[in-house]
Amino acid sequence: MLGGVFHAAVLFLVAAGLQLVFGVQKILNLACGSFYALGAYAGVSAVSWALAAGAPPPIFPLVLVGAGLGLALVGPVIERLLRTIYDRDESFQLLLTFALVLMFEDVIRFVWGTAPHQLSSAYLVYGQLRVGGLVIPVYNLVVIAAGGAIAALMGFLLARTRFGRIVRATAENRGMAEAMGVDVSRVYVRVFTLGVALGTVGGALVIPATAAVNEMGIDLIVEAFAVVVIGGLGSMRGAVAGALIVGIMRAVAVATYPEVEMLAIYVVVIAVLVLRPAGLFAKAAA
Amino acid sequence: MSLRLAVAAALGALALFPLAGRDYYATLMLPFFGYGIALLGLNLLFGTTGLLSFGHALFVALGAYTAAFLTSKLGVLDLEVILMAAAVAGAVIALPTGLLCVRYVRIYFGMLTLAFGMLFYSFLLKFYAVTGGDEGMRVLRPRLLGLAWASFGKVEFLTGPFYYYSLAVLVLGAVVMWRIVRSPFGLGLAWTSFGKVEFLTGPFYYYSLAVLVLGAVVMWRIVRSPFGLGLRAIRENAGKAEFTGVDVRRYRLSAFVVAAVFGAVGGALLPIPTGLADPLLAYWTHSGNLVFMLLLGGFGNFFGPVLGAFVFIVLQDQVMSITQYWRFVFGAILAVVVVFFPQGLTGLLDRRQRAGT
Repeated sequence: MLGGVFHAAVLFLVAAGLQLVFGVQKILNLACGSFYALGAYAGVSAVSWALAAGAPPPIFPLVLVGAGLGLALVGPVIERLLRTIYDRDESFQLLLTFALVLMFEDVIRFVWGTAPHQLSSAYLVYGQLRVGGLVIPVYNLVVIAAGGAIAALMGFLLARTRFGRIVRATAENRGMAEAMGVDVSRVYVRVFTLGVALGTVGGALVIPATAAVNEMGIDLIVEAFAVVVIGGLGSMRGAVAGALIVGIMRAVAVATYPEVEMLAIYVVVIAVLVLRPAGLFAKAAA
Repeated sequence: MSLRLAVAAALGALALFPLAGRDYYATLMLPFFGYGIALLGLNLLFGTTGLLSFGHALFVALGAYTAAFLTSKLGVLDLEVILMAAAVAGAVIALPTGLLCVRYVRIYFGMLTLAFGMLFYSFLLKFYAVTGGDEGMRVLRPRLLGLAWASFGKVEFLTGPFYYYSLAVLVLGAVVMWRIVRSPFGLGLAWTSFGKVEFLTGPFYYYSLAVLVLGAVVMWRIVRSPFGLGLRAIRENAGKAEFTGVDVRRYRLSAFVVAAVFGAVGGALLPIPTGLADPLLAYWTHSGNLVFMLLLGGFGNFFGPVLGAFVFIVLQDQVMSITQYWRFVFGAILAVVVVFFPQGLTGLLDRRQRAGT
């Protein structure tokens, strides 16, 4: 159950990046899973490097977040590429992000190789917590807290700040926002970079708990898809709810009847698409 | 005119290809036939009707597993039966999924098809007893034209398909015959005395080619029919098409089912050279590759998808022999195609031609 919430916290970060980019730029970014994988690998490297440099082990989550944020610098570069097709049919946009998926997969293979990378030594630095008969790694709680904090921060950013108002206005009506004097292309760069950062930080945070493997990006993207479909495209609240539903459902399925683990998720996705195509949470705020 | 010439030349080249004795390249062409058929179907959906499916690999995998199931579990070895069964399976699965999918367009259609594809993938992966899980399923060597007359008899009342089937077999009959007459075996043999490579580059090669030609002929008729016109009208403006009396949803559903049947038939040919049906055939990246091939060849041209499959497979073989990072190269190619040449290779050729005249 708690494992499910842990997974949900990570899933939320990636899905939130997906939602943000879709809400504002109207691009369904298949490559968000690749950012997640990139974040994971970079996290392994950064932490091993920091530990080797003599940093005290307990600060490693900060190193992970730092690695994730640093990677977000690829955001503006990729946004520049995507900018060439904003006015094109969305099928082409989808395909361009698919091209990115292919390329990133090999970039990771090239830099880190095909063997799994693991950071198990750091996982138990925070020790474990015994609640009744359950053993809970404290790190899981740290990640859940971080996910919650980032969700709250995103909510604050979008709902209360000037930047958030501009982003929501652009998402609502690009032409109008432009007419009101918003530099839309700058907003796009920032939003996309923020979306990338959410993905890379999510990937970096998951890394002490699981190994970084080549397929993690393309596997996660379908789960993130499930999250945004269940929650409703473009809705942040939907991303939270969707991530919780998918994460917990997966944990329950694994515990009870492992064969249906993924099957159950897709059945729910299809049911939601058929019965409520707008998602459980209709598009409120971007 | 020049199109007809080009097609005839390509067909001639393909027919003579195995005679050159380069077995490796002849074997390389086999997946091309399978993909060519599957893509003809996918293009009916995307190029003609304007619906982008990100789950078409479902039907390719369905065809492949139909072949696996029939040959290794039920002992059915006649490829005609297998292809037919794949087509039926494709239609049976496509009807309910299509009913749900075609209610939506654009991004929702893509996501729903992706979800269905992944549903099938996880079924293949997890239900070990039925599908062999991640080990896949063995596909035995099928018999070609082994029970030809019996299977023709079955189809006789379906005068349409039977007509096109025999037409294509006739078109290539001469070539196939020539090969067969020279071999010591007649029609109706199980090709048991052929070595694996001999079988793949000889009878199976021509058989697949014939199926591809047949598929192209049928699809040509579909696209040119009033039904095809209706589909194009839907792509251009669904509202207007509705007003002029086109039942948009039923047309889309029909396109979906036809595409699925083509996907399944192509998919049934795919695992025979390798002898294995793999769950990854249903994975979403495989769907992505199908769309990639389609776009590479150009969805605006009838023969674009076939060309795309050809170029993709040859290029993949070449790039893979140079570097293990072929995905990067292919991703870059796809990006360039999407950004600069959205009409694909055939679009490029068309433009050059128009500039020349």
